[in-house]
Amino acid sequence: MKSSKITKENIKHLADLANLKLNDEELKKFPKQLSEILDYFKSLNQLDIKKVESTAQTTGLENVTREDKPDKSLDSDQALSNAKKKHKDFFITKAVLEK
Amino acid sequence: MNINELTLIKAKEGLEKKEFSSLELVEAFLKEIKKKNPKINAFIAVCEKEAFLEAKKADELIKKGVKKPLLGIPIAFKDNFLTKGIKTTAASKVLGDYIPVYNATAVKKLKEAGAIILGKTNMDAWAHGSSGETSDFGVTKNPYGNNRVPGGSSSGSAAAVGSGMALAATGTDTGGSVRLPGSFCNVVGLKPTYGRVSRYGIIAMASSLDSIGHLTKTVSDSALLLSVTAGQDKFDATTSPSSVGDYQKNLGKDIKGLKIGIPKEYFQEGLDKGVKDKIKEAINEFKKMGVKIEEVSLPHTKYALAVYYIIQPAEVSSNLARYDGIRYGSGREMFADEAKRRIMLGTFTLSSGYWEAYYLKAMKVRTLIKKDFDKVFGKVDALLTPVSPTLPFKIREKTADPLKMYLSDIYTVTANLAGIPGISVPAGFINNLPLGLQILGPHFSEDLLFRLAYHYEQKTEFYKKRPV
Amino acid sequence: MKLKTYVGLEIHIELKTKSKMFCRCSADYFGSKPNTHVCPVCLGLPGALPVPNKKAIELTVMVGQALNCQINSFSKFDRKNYSYPDLPKGYQISQYDLPFCKSGKFMDVDITRAHLEEDTAKLTHINLEGKEVSLIDFNRSGVPLLEIVTEPDIKTSKQAKEFLKKLTQTIRYLGVSDCDMEKGSMRLEVNISLGEDKLPDYKVELKNLNSFRFVEKAIEYEIKRHLEIFKKGEKPIQETRGWDEKKQRSFSQRIKEEAQDYRYFPEPDIPPIRLDKKEIEQIKNSIPELPEQKKNRFIKDYGLSEYNALLLTEDMKKADFFEQAAALGDKEKVKAKKIANILINRKININKESPGEFVKDILNESKKPQIMGEDLDKIIKSVLQNNREVVEEIRKGKETAVEFLVGQVMKETRGQVSPNQVRQTLREKIESA
Repeated sequence: MKSSKITKENIKHLADLANLKLNDEELKKFPKQLSEILDYFKSLNQLDIKKVESTAQTTGLENVTREDKPDKSLDSDQALSNAKKKHKDFFITKAVLEK
Repeated sequence: MNINELTLIKAKEGLEKKEFSSLELVEAFLKEIKKKNPKINAFIAVCEKEAFLEAKKADELIKKGVKKPLLGIPIAFKDNFLTKGIKTTAASKVLGDYIPVYNATAVKKLKEAGAIILGKTNMDAWAHGSSGETSDFGVTKNPYGNNRVPGGSSSGSAAAVGSGMALAATGTDTGGSVRLPGSFCNVVGLKPTYGRVSRYGIIAMASSLDSIGHLTKTVSDSALLLSVTAGQDKFDATTSPSSVGDYQKNLGKDIKGLKIGIPKEYFQEGLDKGVKDKIKEAINEFKKMGVKIEEVSLPHTKYALAVYYIIQPAEVSSNLARYDGIRYGSGREMFADEAKRRIMLGTFTLSSGYWEAYYLKAMKVRTLIKKDFDKVFGKVDALLTPVSPTLPFKIREKTADPLKMYLSDIYTVTANLAGIPGISVPAGFINNLPLGLQILGPHFSEDLLFRLAYHYEQKTEFYKKRPV
Repeated sequence: MKLKTYVGLEIHIELKTKSKMFCRCSADYFGSKPNTHVCPVCLGLPGALPVPNKKAIELTVMVGQALNCQINSFSKFDRKNYSYPDLPKGYQISQYDLPFCKSGKFMDVDITRAHLEEDTAKLTHINLEGKEVSLIDFNRSGVPLLEIVTEPDIKTSKQAKEFLKKLTQTIRYLGVSDCDMEKGSMRLEVNISLGEDKLPDYKVELKNLNSFRFVEKAIEYEIKRHLEIFKKGEKPIQETRGWDEKKQRSFSQRIKEEAQDYRYFPEPDIPPIRLDKKEIEQIKNSIPELPEQKKNRFIKDYGLSEYNALLLTEDMKKADFFEQAAALGDKEKVKAKKIANILINRKININKESPGEFVKDILNESKKPQIMGEDLDKIIKSVLQNNREVVEEIRKGKETAVEFLVGQVMKETRGQVSPNQVRQTLREKIESA
């Protein structure tokens, strides 16, 4: 396992990735709190799991799909009903850079 | 009508026998809420107007002789269940004024069965918590000791039922969030098999772990509710196609000869002595009823908490990404501490360079934990364990250290990792503080869990002890 | 320094299903009022869950087979996590390590993979009350999207254009998508780099190319641009560039410092997909006759020239029209070759008449009195006058262009004249003039 230290430097990058803005207090206390939690995870290193399959789901289900039949949609009023800002029938946000 | 004596089933009987009307029932509970909620803070929203309207409609139908499983019965809903037209917040300021445009499937099913929405209950915001202290709308208190936590994250639901403000309340259990508060508030908490009840319309916490359950006063009530909420849903691809039986039918069937395993790893260091002794008493009760008790081992138990706190925050970090304030809700700066912490943790364990060391590793150990259960259920029918290592702890006792709080989940997370069902049932009191015991079973063995729990409950009658 | 061109394509194609990928909103959103083809799922509302569209999976496998890919019998969806206003859930449900299709080949280009994902919402940038804002329409959000990625095997701009033309023709033939770049049902990105014998360690991504012509021009421009940079002893920057059609040059849009960290993990809300051999075979058998096959069959069965067969099989509608007309014509002893010629040279609008009506017209023409003499002369003269450029070409030696003029005369005379006679007369007039 790589060094599980989260520092004030990489916490900013992590916050960006998580689309979060951390205040100064959080920037100060999170590295320590998160690092402690990560340290707790070290116990997993004791196990030899090279040949173990991973479990992503416990249902054992497969092939759950639906027929290609359209159904009613919401109307735009309903869709926009909880938006704090809107413009005619559109949602609106401040301009973004190209992806 | 003595509201404190009522259970879901007794209320149903009362309505059918015309001892009281649905309107009177609803009025009685609204009165209790007005009286007790200011102190306990179990409800975020009370649906007075809507409930009256629905109660009147229900009374009309009852008069006509219409029969539905929950006709005229008021039920409280944890505030992460989307209720169309009724504010749903997940106890977070981010969704402080969010009004859903659709109903969760579980809500739809309960309404179709005749249930009335009494109110939305308080919870740890986003279901992130084990105590009921991390709501953006105030701490919920334990009805059996107001300076104690009710357990979380279905804190309001458990406290509402435990204090007599509701007959029943829905909840979600991702790592123990129904079973733990059930245990702390002297009520029955059911975590069904993952995929037994639809998650559609319930604010997702950790998608592969969330189980949709409920808190009730008695086991029979719990069985009745599950009969309504269980079943495949075309809107949730992870629901099981297996048929839903009548969960109340076999409650009384004899449990003699059944085998209960006691996993040794759940009785080691960290378990409060008082709690351990009470669970041992419970084991004896089962012995007296003819159940065979056997010690078993779930060797990977000690890794479960680590696995859970890697997988759950990872899924949380992804599930909370949609809250960007554009289509609904407020901006992400409104997330409180715990949510931010879990998002950061989850983002880290999924990030490039760390994914293999953390997330992948956890997914693999999850397999080992699941296999432990598969193996053990080949030998015994069910398992009996404590729910929590401690009694309901004091408010603010564990809030300073996140890791300390996470350790409360030590006996409950394993069921979510394996997807198996679990029920917590009142097991007694120490210094007037309640504690519950947990029964775990293989996938879709809710029938068996109810049966075992029912016999124990009827013998011990702990549910009858109301808070002072 | 001998530098080779390495071009790879990343193509996104909207599948022509009736409903969206993970919800039952109608996928036929083009031209609809904004935010009317939406539901909790494709809007990313709290509590919503995805349920995959079976048809979209079948179409994806079908395309993969048409591209000679290996089909993964066990496959799954994964979450691709990133934040952007057009992505309602904050992640896109896509496929990571187990795509439906992989390792194919088409037109001598290796296909790395073809996988299924969901489309994003549409952003429109405007200036509102002095502020720059983005308007968001979620009608497109959740429409099934097929992503095809090629190896950097393409070596020239021409090859890229040909590959895209043939690929889109095949996909239209399969009925999988309209591949309409103007409507947005097809989008593509070009990755280009220059290097010696092995793939270089940089690449430039070209985006927002709205036509195959732009693709060709942009590639050519980039090749020149990279060469010049290398001549200076430098290396082109790894970046994203767009194409400016007005200025006829590419321009920098974004410098890629590091690869995006998408934190892929298996989609917990969707159980995996396991396709058995029978299903995969069934899908393969449902592939309609593809352009190349059809062309060869037309040559063999109807005795058409390679050229005519190629034209008629350009799109499936035209090919079907021809075959229906040929079958009807056969009953009335009208030769398929004649039907092909008339269909091609007279530029019949197959959307405005049925094969039956078309064949009936031909039959009526041959029954009508012939136009001869002065009347015919007038018509021929007028056709020659109105098509001076074509006449020039014929004089320069382009013999085949005579057929076009014949076609024009046939059109004017509604076929009431012998084509051979017309041909002869035309030639005489052109040579003598």
